[in-house]
Amino acid sequence: MNIPLTSDEIRQTVLRLLGEVAPEADLTALKPGVGFRDQLDIDSMDFLNFVILIHKTFGLEIPEADYPKYATLNGCVEQLSDKRAT
Amino acid sequence: MGKITYREAVRAGLREALQSNPRVFLMGEDVGKYGGTYACSKGFLDEFGPERIRDTPLSESTFVGAGIGAALGGMRPIVEVMTVNFSLLALDQIVNNAATIRHMSGGQFSIPLVVRMATGAGRQVAAQHSHSLEGWYAHIPGITVLAPATVTDARGMLLAALQEPDPVFIFEHAYLYPLEGELDESALPVDLTQAAVRRAGTNISLITFGGSLWKALEAADQLFHEGISAEVVDLRILRPLDISTVLASVRKTHRAVVIDEGWRTGSFAAEVSAQIMEVAFYDLDGPVARICSVEVPIPYPKHLEDAALPQPEKIVQAVHSLMGR
Amino acid sequence: MAEFVMPTLGSDMTEGTLVEWKKKLGDRVVKGDIIAEVDTEKAAIEIESFHTGVIEQLLAKPGERIPVGTVMAIIREVGTQATPAIQAPASPPPLQKVSPKEPVSPPPPPPPPMTAAVTEPGRLRISPAARKLASELGVDPAFVQGTGPGGAITLDDIQRSANARGERHEAGGQQPSAPLTTGPTPLASAGEGGDRQARMRQTIAAAMARSKREIPHYYLSTTIDMGRAMTWLKEENIKRPVTDRLLYGVLLIKAVALALRQVPELNALWKENAAIQSPAIHVGVAVSLRQGGLIAPAIHDTDKRSLGDLMSSFQDVVKRARAGTLRSSELSDPTITVTSLGEQGVETVFGVIYPPQVALVGFGKVVERPWVIEGQVVSRPVVTASLSADHRVTDGHRGGVFLSAIDRLLQEPGQL
Repeated sequence: MNIPLTSDEIRQTVLRLLGEVAPEADLTALKPGVGFRDQLDIDSMDFLNFVILIHKTFGLEIPEADYPKYATLNGCVEQLSDKRAT
Repeated sequence: MGKITYREAVRAGLREALQSNPRVFLMGEDVGKYGGTYACSKGFLDEFGPERIRDTPLSESTFVGAGIGAALGGMRPIVEVMTVNFSLLALDQIVNNAATIRHMSGGQFSIPLVVRMATGAGRQVAAQHSHSLEGWYAHIPGITVLAPATVTDARGMLLAALQEPDPVFIFEHAYLYPLEGELDESALPVDLTQAAVRRAGTNISLITFGGSLWKALEAADQLFHEGISAEVVDLRILRPLDISTVLASVRKTHRAVVIDEGWRTGSFAAEVSAQIMEVAFYDLDGPVARICSVEVPIPYPKHLEDAALPQPEKIVQAVHSLMGR
Repeated sequence: MAEFVMPTLGSDMTEGTLVEWKKKLGDRVVKGDIIAEVDTEKAAIEIESFHTGVIEQLLAKPGERIPVGTVMAIIREVGTQATPAIQAPASPPPLQKVSPKEPVSPPPPPPPPMTAAVTEPGRLRISPAARKLASELGVDPAFVQGTGPGGAITLDDIQRSANARGERHEAGGQQPSAPLTTGPTPLASAGEGGDRQARMRQTIAAAMARSKREIPHYYLSTTIDMGRAMTWLKEENIKRPVTDRLLYGVLLIKAVALALRQVPELNALWKENAAIQSPAIHVGVAVSLRQGGLIAPAIHDTDKRSLGDLMSSFQDVVKRARAGTLRSSELSDPTITVTSLGEQGVETVFGVIYPPQVALVGFGKVVERPWVIEGQVVSRPVVTASLSADHRVTDGHRGGVFLSAIDRLLQEPGQL
């Protein structure tokens, strides 16, 4: 799997995965520090699917307890950069 | 396979019957020396001899009665009556004896008699030789009434009729004798239980038998070119009537026209129509229509005779009217 | 001739007592007139005529107990043949001399026209097959333009009308036994967005209007302690890889399915004035669509699936509902619907039943609330479960039994 390297690449990938889960969502206006669910019409099922996609794309095991850390764009980038670093 | 005339088909059926069972014999007016009024038994006198090809006096009551007696005595008589008009002279034998004896003897006697007769109009032989009274015969319990409309049925129905333990009446439409058709040998021996769908369709059912089948098929052809898909049902057996094939067709098309060369009032078409409405009323998308003969003695002049009988144009017209066109 | 029969005045009524006739023999009645007073177990009720005409026979006597459906009177409808007794006696025509040249017998009457253009006033000119189809499709033939002979309404006319209905705004339209969104049309073709949207809205409108018009709903709700369920779920999900984790909604769906085994009356369809219990439990899950509208596909045999299986089926139908690739069986098979609006912060759902189903279960948001356990006020996650049910089929008592069964099942999450 082609693991993205830079923060920007991570951000682009996260946005793409988000687009897969919620194809109608307008992601250009997404505020990176605010929770997805407050901005987009996604429910817990969508969020679960989003986490599954991240798991598959980045090859990470994500415990349920960590879900809140993936609730914003910034959070995702932070988490994924971290994991990559370890 | 191959084309043969209706007459040849009847003759082939007769010959096979005579060849295959020594108890079978043919009896009727002019069936011997003359070879049959419609030439159905031409050459049979030489081939089978006067014991088995018997000319009779012009007395329908006598020779139909003799046939009943022969059948009671263990023979398999085939009686030819020249036309349905003349068969009225034998109605006492038919209705009071042939149809009743099994019943009245508590099943001790059966009458395996086959009576063939010509029926129908269209040949300018006027009112005493042209009527279609099959519907009257179909009214009588105790007998089987057949109306072969194709060469295959003309070929096969006689042999099937000879297997029946009770009297069978075969109505051969006289107009059909010279007509040619494709003999479907794979359909032999024919069954005597089911009506046949001669042409499949979806918009309307044309239900008919005997000499009117070809008119219905011609009408269906015309309708097809107008974009109306007509299904043509050949009843084949008027008694016992296979109403289930009719109902299946009507349930598919939701409309029906019954074509019957008999007169409208009290016609066989009336019976079919009544049965459709009794059982399939909620499947009907319009009233059942009937095309029958005009209620006059069948006229002699060609244009009047044509006008009196069911014709493809009348069928097409009835279909138009039913479909709101 | 029309028959005036003992009507059913409630699903529990089997017979009624004729109190008195409000009309006499020979009286004219107009559709809607009160003809009789009938006593039922619940009340004396005045019965209207569905026909206009003249009372020709009164077959029941006051005081008689009469089973529902029994003919009580015969009404001769307007326009039908009067009986000979009422008709003026016809005098025989005077004998006439016939000139010898004229035919002795009159000419045969012309065949009757195949489609007589005369129809009784107030009676629709409609074929039997068309009438039957109209009732199956819930089309009122009175509003259908006939194109058959003499303006008769035919099968095609009814079919056309039914098809057109899907394209019209008609909240009052009827959709008997139609799934909430009929067939693949509303979803299948993504190209015609607005159109599809409008059609779905109409379909929902028709189904919901019918539901509120025909179904006497009753509503019950209860608050369920979700503490054990949420704790169990958390522990369970730790054991499961991210791809196999469960959402709490699956516990709710499974609990509903198992509770239906205990109260099968709610797992039924209302057809032709009777509830028919479904042998299988196919819970329909309401899925809101992003473009608007909703759809409630079935998860087949919900009660027999493990939670993991149920979760993947749930994910699958939600995904396909949104992609527009549901199967027709999933649309037509639900025997009850579960809807959850907790994601939107809703606490209590007051649901509208999808005809011909007879019940709908709603769940709100799981919220932390003060809860009393053994005299101690503690904070517990709770959810409000509500039941909307068809009062023709069940009563509040059975509904209550059902809700408490759901509650009990959710207290034993490991058994689900």
